[in-house]
Amino acid sequence: MRERFVSGFDPFVLPFLAGMIFVLGYCLFGIVRILIQLPREDRRRFLLSLITPSTALGNIRDIFLNCLLHVKLWKRNRVLGYMHSSIAFGWFMLILLGHLEVMLYCPGRIHLFYYPIFFNYFVAANDNTIGGAVLFFLMDFFLLVVLSGIVLAVIKRVRSRLFGMRRTTRPSLLDRIGLYSLWAIFPLRLLAESFTAHISGGSFLTIPANWVFRQFLGNDLNMLPTWWAYSIALGVFMFVLPFTRYMHIPAEMMLIPMRNAGLRIRHPRRGFAKMEVLSCPGCGVCIDACPMSVKKVNIKDCTVYLNRQIRRGNEKRIEEITDKCLLCGKCEAVCQVGVEGPLLRIAERARRSYGLSPDYSGIDVSKLKDYSRPLRMTGNASTGIPAGTEGAPRVLYFSGCMTRLTPAIGKAVCSVLGKAGVDFVWMDREEGLCCGRPLMTAGRIEQAEQLIRKNEELILSSGADTLVLSCPICYRIFSQDYHLPGVRVVSYMDYFAGLLAEGKLKLEKSDICYVYHDPCDLGRGCGIYETPRQLVGRAAGIAEAPKNRAESICCGGSLGSLTLDFSQREAMTLKSLENLYESRADAIATACPLCFSTFNRYSDRPVRDIAQIIDEQIR
Amino acid sequence: MIDFGFGLSRSSSVKLDEVDLSLYRELEKLEPGVRTCMACGSCSATCTAARWSGMSVRKLILALQRGKDVSGMLSACMLCGKCSMVCPRGINTRHLILSLCRIYKQQ
Repeated sequence: MRERFVSGFDPFVLPFLAGMIFVLGYCLFGIVRILIQLPREDRRRFLLSLITPSTALGNIRDIFLNCLLHVKLWKRNRVLGYMHSSIAFGWFMLILLGHLEVMLYCPGRIHLFYYPIFFNYFVAANDNTIGGAVLFFLMDFFLLVVLSGIVLAVIKRVRSRLFGMRRTTRPSLLDRIGLYSLWAIFPLRLLAESFTAHISGGSFLTIPANWVFRQFLGNDLNMLPTWWAYSIALGVFMFVLPFTRYMHIPAEMMLIPMRNAGLRIRHPRRGFAKMEVLSCPGCGVCIDACPMSVKKVNIKDCTVYLNRQIRRGNEKRIEEITDKCLLCGKCEAVCQVGVEGPLLRIAERARRSYGLSPDYSGIDVSKLKDYSRPLRMTGNASTGIPAGTEGAPRVLYFSGCMTRLTPAIGKAVCSVLGKAGVDFVWMDREEGLCCGRPLMTAGRIEQAEQLIRKNEELILSSGADTLVLSCPICYRIFSQDYHLPGVRVVSYMDYFAGLLAEGKLKLEKSDICYVYHDPCDLGRGCGIYETPRQLVGRAAGIAEAPKNRAESICCGGSLGSLTLDFSQREAMTLKSLENLYESRADAIATACPLCFSTFNRYSDRPVRDIAQIIDEQIR
Repeated sequence: MIDFGFGLSRSSSVKLDEVDLSLYRELEKLEPGVRTCMACGSCSATCTAARWSGMSVRKLILALQRGKDVSGMLSACMLCGKCSMVCPRGINTRHLILSLCRIYKQQ
């Protein structure tokens, strides 16, 4: 291989060079800015994680698997997975092999940015290049891989349904410019390399193309214009990149190490949150996933549009989108880069300023304690405590506000506990304090924490060692934000499963077939998927809905939304029910009082809570 | 009614043409649902905070319509959402309370 030009330069590299310098400068500036925005401890933690060998290796592995190979996307949709990994990994290999070629054949030029990209223009093959045939082959091979991805991308833009996506985002003008320049880059590269293939050499793609073009075009005349076009396409793409969704390419490479370092969202517009917003590829998977998108007016309130509006700084729309969301967490569950839509919204809500801020720290707990120690409802044969005795209980049952609206569930839980001979006290039988989760989701973190402290005080002073909860909304905040040393916080399902394992409960199987609906806060919120299914499976038949577990559809009753009213929620509930009906089960089982009452309004078949099912089937 | 000053308790008459309804009007813009309230009291019956604070959304809306100060009651609400679930008119009471808390700042 020998070089064709002594200077090693041609003006056509300038658009690419300018774009490259711009985008690198922009990213470097952005990274420094975000690092400065991080709170001091977070920054320290992040920088430390970069030099810790185990996390550093993990970062490299995760970046390779997610940014280049798109493993997560493969698992979800193979065609989309192939499309993305062929473009990303193929392009990466083209750049890598380009550098390898420069290092092998003209090591003196490796410091030039553009040399590996436009290598074929600057060199001519000679007799001893034959050893590079493998490299030439690989270059053509990966170019073909990328081109196949581009073809799929074009088809997807025209007919997204073929790829299993019902709705995608509407790209903005800059997004379109970025998209079209990205599409243009690789065909132009093929053309440019084909026109020079008789000089620089090539492989199975470029040599035949060169031969074809030679039959009716003067290759030498077309050489320079196509290289110019290739360079301009690259330059345009890099210049618009920071302002389009393609920003996710550099941003995700930064987001992964930050997430691995354990950073959290602390401010909705700065630091880690900013990184998440920039990492949103705008693919629109969250649109189909969002329970609100069943109504067309709500489509623009999905997480992908929140990210877009945050980038644009459109405050009015940000507020609308933030307040409408049900916080069911499904967008986060399906998101390929892991944008935490619900947390982003809660952080955004927490920024609101209120003229009036309630203060719960003055609530007199001693008044509530009277309710927390009512008489025993059941006697306990094993400990010899008869019904009606007072005294410190071992087990507390906290039903929460929502269970108090669905008294059947509370009664069923107590009945099961009683039949198992558990010595327990229903601590908020008369009335208690709210768990704090609704305030937390409304962004009133300080007030929520005041309630948490009050409830902690109540529970710790009771002397109990187990707290049983029947509402997933409560369970989520009790297990994640409460500090209750020496108290086991457990959902009634786990507790019942324990009683069954100990043999204190025996179930009879009924012949009704239930379909289990995963409540958002229990499934996606706390990761409990198996226990409820096992319990239902032991008491009755169980069927699965097409969308279940992490993909289950919110019932529409969620307290997460601040602005949706009942009439707007109906369509969501019906959509969620439709999914459950598809299982052809006789009845619906759920484990959340809110889902229970929401479904009960519209369901055409019985809705039961798991506590009720268990209670009925006890032998 | 004319107050002659002989009564044992203070007159509880409300002169609707004299009261300051600006807070209520402001709230109507943010949460139009408040107009549909028929004061049935379902919200008060279910209220978690009522036990220890005397909180009642029904009273709160009535007080607003009479131009009275409601800040005391507002600070008892825990936003648990029971009232919005039982409301026969489907009023989004949580949004109502949050909106009120916000308006207070502007005044």
